[in-house]
Amino acid sequence: MNNEAFNNRDVSDSYFLVDIEDYPTEPWDKFKRVIKRTFRIELFVGLWVVIREMFKFDLHTVSYPEEKMPIGPRYRAIHEMKRLWESDTERCIGCGLCEKICISNCIKIDTRIDENSRKEVSDYSINLGRCIFCGYCAEVCPELAITHGGRYENASDQREHFLMYEDMLTPLDKMTAGTQVEFEGFGAITPHEDERVKKTPLAY
Amino acid sequence: MEVAYLIETIIKVVVVLLIFSALAGIGTYFERKVLAFMQRRLGPMNVGPYGMLQFGADAIKLFTKEDIIPSNVVAPIFKIAPVITAATAFMAAAAIPFLPEFTIFGYTVHPIVSDINIGILYILGVMGVGLYGPLLGGMASANKFSLLSAARAAAVFISYEVVTGLSILAPIMMVGSLSLIDFNDYQLENGWMIFNMYGVGFVAFILFWIAGFAETGRTPFHLIANDHEIIDGFGTEYSGMRWGLFFIGEYANMFFISFVIPLLFLGGYGDGSFLGAMALLGKMSFFFFFFLWTRAAWPDVRPDQLMWLCWKVLMPIAVLNILIAAIVMI
Repeated sequence: MNNEAFNNRDVSDSYFLVDIEDYPTEPWDKFKRVIKRTFRIELFVGLWVVIREMFKFDLHTVSYPEEKMPIGPRYRAIHEMKRLWESDTERCIGCGLCEKICISNCIKIDTRIDENSRKEVSDYSINLGRCIFCGYCAEVCPELAITHGGRYENASDQREHFLMYEDMLTPLDKMTAGTQVEFEGFGAITPHEDERVKKTPLAY
Repeated sequence: MEVAYLIETIIKVVVVLLIFSALAGIGTYFERKVLAFMQRRLGPMNVGPYGMLQFGADAIKLFTKEDIIPSNVVAPIFKIAPVITAATAFMAAAAIPFLPEFTIFGYTVHPIVSDINIGILYILGVMGVGLYGPLLGGMASANKFSLLSAARAAAVFISYEVVTGLSILAPIMMVGSLSLIDFNDYQLENGWMIFNMYGVGFVAFILFWIAGFAETGRTPFHLIANDHEIIDGFGTEYSGMRWGLFFIGEYANMFFISFVIPLLFLGGYGDGSFLGAMALLGKMSFFFFFFLWTRAAWPDVRPDQLMWLCWKVLMPIAVLNILIAAIVMI
């Protein structure tokens, strides 16, 4: 579908007025309308519709805590910290872009230099009470480290609810089982990225 | 003899009270399930298998909930109003033969508390008194929505009572008695009332059925407690078991009307055999189901539409019906 259908605000040719009869004013016309409505079997059509649905027994209830609707892979719920597939180490390089871009200031990141003179995340927390789940952190992350996940049951009895780095990080046993799931939403690589990538022009 | 009669009557009263109090509760379960299935939902599922104990949970809740009497209400009337609704609903049951008479351990049981010779008049009268419950409760509640509901109750009451009385006149003229047992015996000889008298019985049946919806306050005429307009109407200020009494009264009324309609028009229990008794229960179930069915399917009418229907349409038809019945009988 092209955008033409959405951008066309001139609806004059596709809209039409519903044909509504004038309300009767004369007593005789009112009487005729009553008779017409009485002996057209509209009420029984309604009865038929509901009894048909009852015998079809096509119930649409999802009894929520026991069964859940599948949610889309792009759904933006509680954050996750991914690991590298090759070495199982953390993807996060501590660049701090997510903290910078966060529009509700809910991410706090602290880094230090470890024994091997490499930058290491020493403290990372997300205040879920402030987070509006906009997805900017996942979009800005150059390493696809912080992403959103599918956990949406985050009701809490307090306003501030901090999500710590260790809780977000994919557990190691999940990595060894190979069941880490890549996030397909904001910041993810589009499916045909390999064909679309171009060489950097060097002729500047 | 006197003592035996007294004991028998007391036992019958207790049995009717217990069975229909329980049925009123189970009726809510059926209503919720049937409505749910018609609206493609599951209905109550969590308490017991398929939610069958939901009624018990509701009963526990109603019995243990605090009984609040707001400070500005007219307390004595506020307290007595739910009792009127429930009590009159069960009083009306006294003249209804629920089953044909049967013999158990060599003792003949008449499953009617009292076969008085003004049966149908008594039933309609006492059921009419039942509307004083919403009326008084609504007026005593010191709540604008309850007051609106009380005003509607008065309007509904006057409108449908005329139709009920007039519609039942033609069958009474045919039978020549007001006892429901006589009605049953008449239909055993002459066929069902709705097929009698060139359609007079059928018209009376339709009119009485429509008025029955107004009498019980069920959906097309549910305007005295319409949730989307006036909260719960007369029940707004009530809590706990007082509200529960209104509820029991409403559902007991539905059951009793569902018994009265087949007894008056659809042959009742017929010849009094086991099959006839089952047929009566089957007809009763259909009419009870129809109350739930219409609730799922039909919209509510406005109070002025109900009055228009009762006064300008149903009442003239009822009068004409009596006239035709009189001419035919001559």
